[in-house]
Amino acid sequence: MAAQVLAPVDPLFRALARTVVPEAERLDDQGWRDLIALVEDALADRPEGIRRQLLMLIRLLGVLPFFRYGRTFLGLDSGRRRRFLESIQESPLLLLRRGFWGFRTLVLLGYYGRPEAAAEIGYRADPRGWEARR
Amino acid sequence: MTEKNYDIVIVGSGAGGGTVAKELAPLVREGVRVLLLEQGARFRDDEFTGREVEMAQDLYEDAGGFLTAEGTMTLAFGRAYGGSTVVYTGTSLIAPERVVQHWGLPGLDHADLDRRSRKYMSENNVHLLEGDLLNENNQLFAEGCRKAGYQAHQFPINVKGCQGSSLCNLGCPNQAKQGTHRVQLPEAEKAGVEVVTRASVLRIEDRAVVARVTDKPDGARGLPSEWAPGDYRIRAGIVIVAGGSVGSAALLLRSGLSTGLPRLGEGFTSHPAHILVGEHTRPITNDVGHPKSYYLDRAVEEGYVLETCMYFPFTTAKNLAGFGPDHSRLMRAFPRLQMILVLACDHAVPGNRITVDRDGKPVVHYRFTAEVIASLVRATRAAARIFFAAGAVAVHAPSGARTLIEAKDAGHIDQIIDLRHFKLGKVPVAAAHLMGGCGMGRTAADSVTDAWGRVHGLPWLRVADSSLFPDSLEINPYLTIMALADRVAEKVREEARDLLTAGRAS
Repeated sequence: MAAQVLAPVDPLFRALARTVVPEAERLDDQGWRDLIALVEDALADRPEGIRRQLLMLIRLLGVLPFFRYGRTFLGLDSGRRRRFLESIQESPLLLLRRGFWGFRTLVLLGYYGRPEAAAEIGYRADPRGWEARR
Repeated sequence: MTEKNYDIVIVGSGAGGGTVAKELAPLVREGVRVLLLEQGARFRDDEFTGREVEMAQDLYEDAGGFLTAEGTMTLAFGRAYGGSTVVYTGTSLIAPERVVQHWGLPGLDHADLDRRSRKYMSENNVHLLEGDLLNENNQLFAEGCRKAGYQAHQFPINVKGCQGSSLCNLGCPNQAKQGTHRVQLPEAEKAGVEVVTRASVLRIEDRAVVARVTDKPDGARGLPSEWAPGDYRIRAGIVIVAGGSVGSAALLLRSGLSTGLPRLGEGFTSHPAHILVGEHTRPITNDVGHPKSYYLDRAVEEGYVLETCMYFPFTTAKNLAGFGPDHSRLMRAFPRLQMILVLACDHAVPGNRITVDRDGKPVVHYRFTAEVIASLVRATRAAARIFFAAGAVAVHAPSGARTLIEAKDAGHIDQIIDLRHFKLGKVPVAAAHLMGGCGMGRTAADSVTDAWGRVHGLPWLRVADSSLFPDSLEINPYLTIMALADRVAEKVREEARDLLTAGRAS
């Protein structure tokens, strides 16, 4: 695994990730390690500028709720966290929408890129194809 | 830098490069030295595991998530021995006559492309899959189209011994798909064409290419390169570029060729796509069987094509709009999901183009036209009708007032799915059929090459891939790429003696 891009924002990243995929709440330590490793691996291939922008976005998502709710993202309950991210997703600013789109994609990679998630959702594709179903 | 000499160098091994290699292989018997350089790796059969993340990293540029400069669409293109033919589904359609007429290129007519396409259909074992191998995901599409008043067609596909793994887009684990890595490249190599993998071409010089061969990283899959790691200058009388729309245009741009070719990089287009899902009440066979058996062609009438498809957990998750409990609930319905790929026909417009950054890496500039957005919305409505007609109880529509539409609202599809809900940056859009950048035409004022892939003003330099398309093809492109590459190879064979003599003299 490459450098720990997410380490400085770990609690915030996890809180955001649990809002994007509520089932992440049930991940054990190994599950979180796998999720974060997939995200870190993906980031390792990206330019330094992209990694900086991602960190900036995560920090921004952390503090922006203060202006609406008087609390940071980590201080919100799960309902407000979701409503806040929905407002970002619907933002009139394309920059915010696409930033969140990219963040959301990374979280989905980390969660659904794990073989355990495939089993969890009932995805059963097998290289043996029809033979595996008989 | 190591110096090497060949007569012909081909850059890229996909539908274009692989075809050119095979068609030029007979020249090897006459003493012509032919080299093909591929930036991706060559994989052993047992390395096609079907595991989503690792195969995407191995086989696609940026793991399939190459982002446009505007950050509103991702592009998927292959990078391996066999190029994108390793990761397509093998759907084999001949270019529509109306499209070729619209291109209006002197020296290129539909009958010629049709004849050449049929040659490769035969070579690649293209046929209709037998009825008992069609899964319910595909059958429901055909049924839904019938009930909704649409005419679906079955895709001819190029497989041999398909086991129905459904993993085509991750490289067939059973080697059934007849891409260039299974057909044309092995034949070319057998005839003496040399293939070097893990070789990125940095730039083109006068009758030469400069390439960097890289070592196989520790723990990586794939075979090591055939050459030792390092930089090479390879002199050749003829250079044929077939690195795909983005790769070829970027290579020519970073080689400083835009001065004499003002259209270089222009004319980029694609088929912007949504992945839509419909939820059924019972499990259906969706992640087993060939994923793409039917299509609905509404290009002329409404500017879109619908195709059956079936993707993998992460790809599906990222292509569903939204997040949170609604998104999760849909993902957990995976065994009950029917899937449709929506492709918008997208004409080349000024501004949508390929450039390179300071490091010479490709940058794709893409802005959605109102026409494309309207096509995607119309296509989403049509797909929703088809899902409901096939019995779905809910449909995911990214450009809907709400992203999940229930069957009780099926009568209000046109009101719910609407242009005003199509928000870039919220609605996931991805494209795989990348076209243009080195378009064919008459002169350097309107194009990069002529109708035979000859770069204007540089007779020793040819292009042979989808970058040649002067506008959208409006269907899956690989067969047309092969037909065009066949034309390029034919002209090279005709002109090889003169070109190689000139090359040696220089």
